[in-house]
Amino acid sequence: MKRARAALALGIVAVLCAVSIALVVWANRDDAGEPAAPTALDAAALVARGEYLVRAGSCFGCHTEPGGAPYSGGRAIETPFGVLHAPNLTPDATGLAAWTSDDFWRALHNGRSRDGRLLYPAFPYPNYTRLARADSDAMFAYLKSLAPVANANRPHALRFPIDQQAALAVWRALFFRPARFEPDRDRSADWNRGAYLVETLGHCNACHSRRNVFGATAGPLDLAGGLIPVQNWYAPSLYDNREAGVGEWSAADVIALLKTGISPRGSVQGPMAEVVARSTQFLNDADLAAMATYLRALPGAGAEPSAPQEAPAAPSERGAKLYADHCAGCHGEQGEGVAGAYPALAGNRAIAITPPSNLVHIVVRGGFLPTTAGNPRPFGMPPFATVLADRDIAALLSHVRASWGHRSPAVSTLEVSRTRGAAQR
Amino acid sequence: MAIDDKRSRSAWRRAGRIVCALAALVAGACASSAGAAPFEDTMAQRVLACTGCHGREGRAGPDGYYPRIAGKPAGYLFNQLRNFRDERRHYELMNGLLALLDDAYLREIAGYFAGLDLPYPPPLAAAGSAELRARGEALVRRGDPARSLPACNDCHGAAMTGRAPFVPGLLGLPRDYLNAQLGAWRTGQRRALAPDCMAEVARKLAPEEIGAVSAWLAAQPVPPHAAAASDAGAALPLPCGGVAATAPNAPGGAGR
Repeated sequence: MKRARAALALGIVAVLCAVSIALVVWANRDDAGEPAAPTALDAAALVARGEYLVRAGSCFGCHTEPGGAPYSGGRAIETPFGVLHAPNLTPDATGLAAWTSDDFWRALHNGRSRDGRLLYPAFPYPNYTRLARADSDAMFAYLKSLAPVANANRPHALRFPIDQQAALAVWRALFFRPARFEPDRDRSADWNRGAYLVETLGHCNACHSRRNVFGATAGPLDLAGGLIPVQNWYAPSLYDNREAGVGEWSAADVIALLKTGISPRGSVQGPMAEVVARSTQFLNDADLAAMATYLRALPGAGAEPSAPQEAPAAPSERGAKLYADHCAGCHGEQGEGVAGAYPALAGNRAIAITPPSNLVHIVVRGGFLPTTAGNPRPFGMPPFATVLADRDIAALLSHVRASWGHRSPAVSTLEVSRTRGAAQR
Repeated sequence: MAIDDKRSRSAWRRAGRIVCALAALVAGACASSAGAAPFEDTMAQRVLACTGCHGREGRAGPDGYYPRIAGKPAGYLFNQLRNFRDERRHYELMNGLLALLDDAYLREIAGYFAGLDLPYPPPLAAAGSAELRARGEALVRRGDPARSLPACNDCHGAAMTGRAPFVPGLLGLPRDYLNAQLGAWRTGQRRALAPDCMAEVARKLAPEEIGAVSAWLAAQPVPPHAAAASDAGAALPLPCGGVAATAPNAPGGAGR
């Protein structure tokens, strides 16, 4: 009797296992997606179109090492699961020489490499899966037009069991399905173009969305903001007008920010500065306007904070002294800033955002706005890494977050230490 | 134009100092930050991000680790800015500051600092034994032909004030800084555009020779108006990627 029960239990477990494996395999099957169609563009126009799309897709940032040949790969991407190395996209034997446009489409649409291996979603195929086939083919034509650069792909250094294809298959079964972009018939063509650029090609949610413990976002439509793992920059919510929502901005200001890195309403810092420098500054005005239309129409946040806020910081003498000594020279005694050069801190929503990690990064590292055609000679802020101790930065930021109408929680020394650790990796 | 700029800048600065001094008398306080001067739409204003560490007007930081950049040759400064941006040189704060700046702006920043002709402070008291410094002087002036080690003077000029526009002067730099740079070149931590002539030279130097060269150089006074000699056309003993004349096919870095 006992034996029969054990056998039954074993049988049930075996069947469950078999069903799970079958489900995972089934979930990982390829979707052919759109077939290739002949293009009306001549070869040169196709390459130019592809270059534009590759820029809009922000491929450069990961697939190029600092100082390396563009798109020749090698850049290490640190994640909570280990280090990934972006592969070589130039048409060398170590890159895409042997690839066809079908292979490239399969990688973008199904997240599967030419040799059938599943790809890690640090490569944003959960977004790219919705690309149009014609765009994929143009991007491929551009990459094939590059000078071949010999740069053998480095293997990823991921932790067990993440380094196993089976684990990746399970992840994909849970969080990924090939999809296509479905235009919303109730919206304008402009809005739909913006949606395509933001959700699919620009993969904005790769940063502007919280990731769960498995590193998955809530999907390409979620732009509620999140802390970028490892780097510890906070990509603010694009819904919430108290964070980076642009519901109250003019379209012109949104376009200016994406095109030049600076607008009357704010400027870009950290990873977003890189996005402007490598990607959005090259977009044409029609596409930027479409993105502005889409972003401005995102649902805004309610008037009340979603989570109960900690008690606001209090101004301090020590913070005021640090501000007067190190900051007031440029940002003004009343945090008024200088238009076009030094951001005002009074009334600046970036000051008020919790978590305050971006403020710590900015004080520690300083920085220039990116050079763009519209802002070719940016002003800069010196790094204070060697000048201010963690407790000074905490006192300074807490003071600023309690001044000129700001009522945000204090910044702790521990918080500064943690972010500084990420800043100086 | 540039002169007018400079004049108006120093006039502003003088005015700023007077106001500061008065304010200090009245209120007993004066912001110490360099940015306390009124805002101007100038390069000096833009490079406050640099002078925070490299000292007022790029005259060098107080601790001997942030070198003087004022008055160094423009081509040399431009190459170093590119080397930091493209991570051939490694210092995180510099790498981060420059990561998103294009060649045109880096060239303008380099030109700005190269154009500053400011007096140098007297050298620090000589360090190390006289014997060590004599060994250093011999290496600087004559190199070591037996090991095909060129003299510093061969490239950096007989007066060691550099050769415009690519080769920097060697005087007016702290001993610690010289030691750190030669050491970094020797270990590959600091790199230049290929062919990397300084790496080749530094690898031929023993650590104690680096110490000797640094000790002697750091003890030399800088002649007034120590502009780099402009004999850029003269041959160098080694091909150098950072010197356009000797490396016609040098890669231009990331053309962004």
